[in-house]
Amino acid sequence: MRFVDEYRDADQARALAAKIAALCEPGRTYKLMEVCGGHTHTIYKHGLEDYLPESITLVHGPGCPVCVIPMGRVDDAMHLAAREDVIMTSFGDMMRVPGSNGSFFDAKAAGTDIRMVYSPLDSLKIARQNPDRQVVFMAIGFETTAPSTAMTMLRAASEGLSNFSVFCNHVTIIPAIKAILDSPDLRLDGFIGPGHVSTVIGCRPYEFIARDYGKPVVVAGFEPLDILQSIYMLMLQLSSGRSEVENQYSRVVPWDGNLVALRAIGETMELRPYFEWRGLGFISHSALKVREKFAAMDAERLFSVPGVRVADPKACQCGEVLKGVLKPWECKVFGTACTPETPIGTCMVSPEGACAAYYNFGRVERHRVPEAAVVGNAVAGNAVVGNS
Amino acid sequence: MTTGDTRQGPGAGGGWIDEALREHDHAEALEAAAPARPEDPAGRPVLPVADRERQVLDRIDRARRRRPRVREERITMSHGAGGKASRTLVEAVFLDAFRNPQLEPLEDAAELSLSGVRTALTTDSYVVSPLFFPGGNIGDLAVNGTVNDLSVAGATPLYLSAGFILEEGLPVADLLRVTEAMRDAAAAAGVRVVTGDTKVVQRGKADGCYINTAGVGLVSRDVQLGVARAQPGDAIIVSGPVGDHGITIMLARGELDIEADIVSDTAPLNGLVARLLDAVPGVRAMRDATRGGVATILNEIAAAADAGVLVREDDIPVRTEVRGACELLGIDPMYVACEGRMVAVVPGDSAGDAIAALRADPLGADAAVIGHVTDGPPGIVQLKTAFGGTRIVDLLVGDPLPRIC
Amino acid sequence: MCLGIPGEVIELHPQQPDLAKVNVSGVKRLINIGLLADDPPKPGEWVLIHVGFALSKIDEAEAAAAMEFLEGIGQAYEDEIKALQESLIE
Repeated sequence: MRFVDEYRDADQARALAAKIAALCEPGRTYKLMEVCGGHTHTIYKHGLEDYLPESITLVHGPGCPVCVIPMGRVDDAMHLAAREDVIMTSFGDMMRVPGSNGSFFDAKAAGTDIRMVYSPLDSLKIARQNPDRQVVFMAIGFETTAPSTAMTMLRAASEGLSNFSVFCNHVTIIPAIKAILDSPDLRLDGFIGPGHVSTVIGCRPYEFIARDYGKPVVVAGFEPLDILQSIYMLMLQLSSGRSEVENQYSRVVPWDGNLVALRAIGETMELRPYFEWRGLGFISHSALKVREKFAAMDAERLFSVPGVRVADPKACQCGEVLKGVLKPWECKVFGTACTPETPIGTCMVSPEGACAAYYNFGRVERHRVPEAAVVGNAVAGNAVVGNS
Repeated sequence: MTTGDTRQGPGAGGGWIDEALREHDHAEALEAAAPARPEDPAGRPVLPVADRERQVLDRIDRARRRRPRVREERITMSHGAGGKASRTLVEAVFLDAFRNPQLEPLEDAAELSLSGVRTALTTDSYVVSPLFFPGGNIGDLAVNGTVNDLSVAGATPLYLSAGFILEEGLPVADLLRVTEAMRDAAAAAGVRVVTGDTKVVQRGKADGCYINTAGVGLVSRDVQLGVARAQPGDAIIVSGPVGDHGITIMLARGELDIEADIVSDTAPLNGLVARLLDAVPGVRAMRDATRGGVATILNEIAAAADAGVLVREDDIPVRTEVRGACELLGIDPMYVACEGRMVAVVPGDSAGDAIAALRADPLGADAAVIGHVTDGPPGIVQLKTAFGGTRIVDLLVGDPLPRIC
Repeated sequence: MCLGIPGEVIELHPQQPDLAKVNVSGVKRLINIGLLADDPPKPGEWVLIHVGFALSKIDEAEAAAAMEFLEGIGQAYEDEIKALQESLIE
């Protein structure tokens, strides 16, 4: 597969591993956060930690839009789905997220009309095919996905569809990163920046991280070599005392973002004054809602939802995992009471959740490549280890 | 939209959470009662991170070996996906109710002794939607699937039964097409459909047509097969590219606006199996790779043999288009159903002979060794990625592709 | 959810300008290219696909530069290993 296979070459990986290890100061440890759930998934799926020296720890961030949805909002969605006149449509990732009374999956088994879609456009198609029913699209995702919801709404408007609406749970990434930076629990050295969110918002929004907090940011692609190269670029910055925003994913991410996408979002949605994030609490101006102008497509306005705030189960430590304070296996109920089959929290149920990634892929002894074992020869290239 | 009202969740559906936590606390208490470890001034055990992680992994391993229980109140599509939920359902409900020595191995067919003659018996139900798809129809699946379950048990398939549940309104022409396919498939496989049944249910049930089959065969070879016989050093072989059938069905549903040149791999494997057994009498086990895909079988091997399994991503054959479709849909081809592929476990030094025998048959042209049984952590399937890192391949949770066979 | 796949644009929809057929490893599908309205893709160009929409064009020049870097270090690495091994042979 073009633009995929080239970024999975093992030899190049080992070369990068050697270079990364060479830049590590002996005796110093580094904590790098990958914000995006997709990166967490790739890291575990490809066993990337085998290519990093012990002194580098990857901290998993809150960039999993399913994971950060609080239970109360799931309950609201279930309430909408339960209406006789509603066909609820949702991405597969949401199907097994537990609310107070089970998940979409459970509700479907009990007879509720909930359908999985791969695109909001599929939801629109269902609306066209079922003019006598109300079709609600459960809109989740960061700025990556918001434009698609926006374009779909614009399409629905231009077609004059009156039975399509959106339950908007889009969240924005920058406030979450800021909450992490301001959190006293965490001492991070740098960020592996979100890849696909950046195709929409560009790289400028991250400048405050480098400028005001002094942490380097490298916007990274999703193939294993992309992530390794990004880590290499971060280590280069750290070893030379720089803190800048760099774009490793330049083949896809334009520095200025996608103006058409941003305009579409702007036309159909606006920021909520505040929104509750699972584990991170209330964050101001961190989520989107449907604009007044499109009220006829706002499921929250069309139908009433309970809007009750539900606390997470006592044992759930998703919040700390999302902030990177705990590694998945450090959560008390990881793997025992909380498993992908019986998830207590969202980190375990979303394919991008750190717990799911670790449980499904990472539960294995590290087999570090030899190149990752030798640290500290500051001149990259001297740390080459022979294949003896 | 949020009010000041906060509720302590979860509610009615969450009883199992409390129970799971109680079990967990109990396990923790047992651990705490274990012999003392060195502690830091705050009273916490002083252990390097890797050891703490190891402890958690051990705890999880113990949790996974607990007696299976169905926690859901209702059947969900996961229970039919061939993954974890299916397994739990079979063990906790059916095995628990019917338990007997012939059923216990839970292989693709049961081995019976009828007046001293070794026979194999299998049953299957076919609920695929749509009924007709590139590469065949439900009739092909019904015959080939049953033939394959018998073949991988080391039996020569002989006789099939076919029970039809027809939906009111099904075009008779469709039924004719299905039956003709079954006739041709049976002839190709050298089996006969000798008995059957027909029921008709009202419009809205049975989605056109459901078929249930049973198959009977003779185990005339002197073979002892079963995944529990796998041992470290054994080679794991797959007879051809994986995922063709599941993806074909997904695309044939027409919901995804995807076009591709992929057809179902439905085929009878009795000839292929015979070649393998001729060349390598010491075959340890064979499985028909259907729902849940190759990944499910690898986990079954690891669990039954209480050994590790290590496979190499690079060595698993997948057609380019199947891979493309899987990437588009975000599905792992290892979990996608096949209908004409088998997985075989053979002693390590017989791998060469096994591959040669399989490749001599058109259905096995792309047979490949994908990995080995190891003395790694028992019950765990590990994968060496194309990239060189290592990760786990667990049993499927949920149901990415419903109603594919 | 972050799932973004590269695909090659094969043809633009004759009637609907915001739809295009893409090829992903031999699998073809219609996607919406409305988000690239400022610089619509042409057949032969590659795009990043996310939930049925093209989010961005894949810049071949940047991709080539990235590959050059990677191949470069890969080659340099191989050269080093070779040099190391040869020096050991003495």
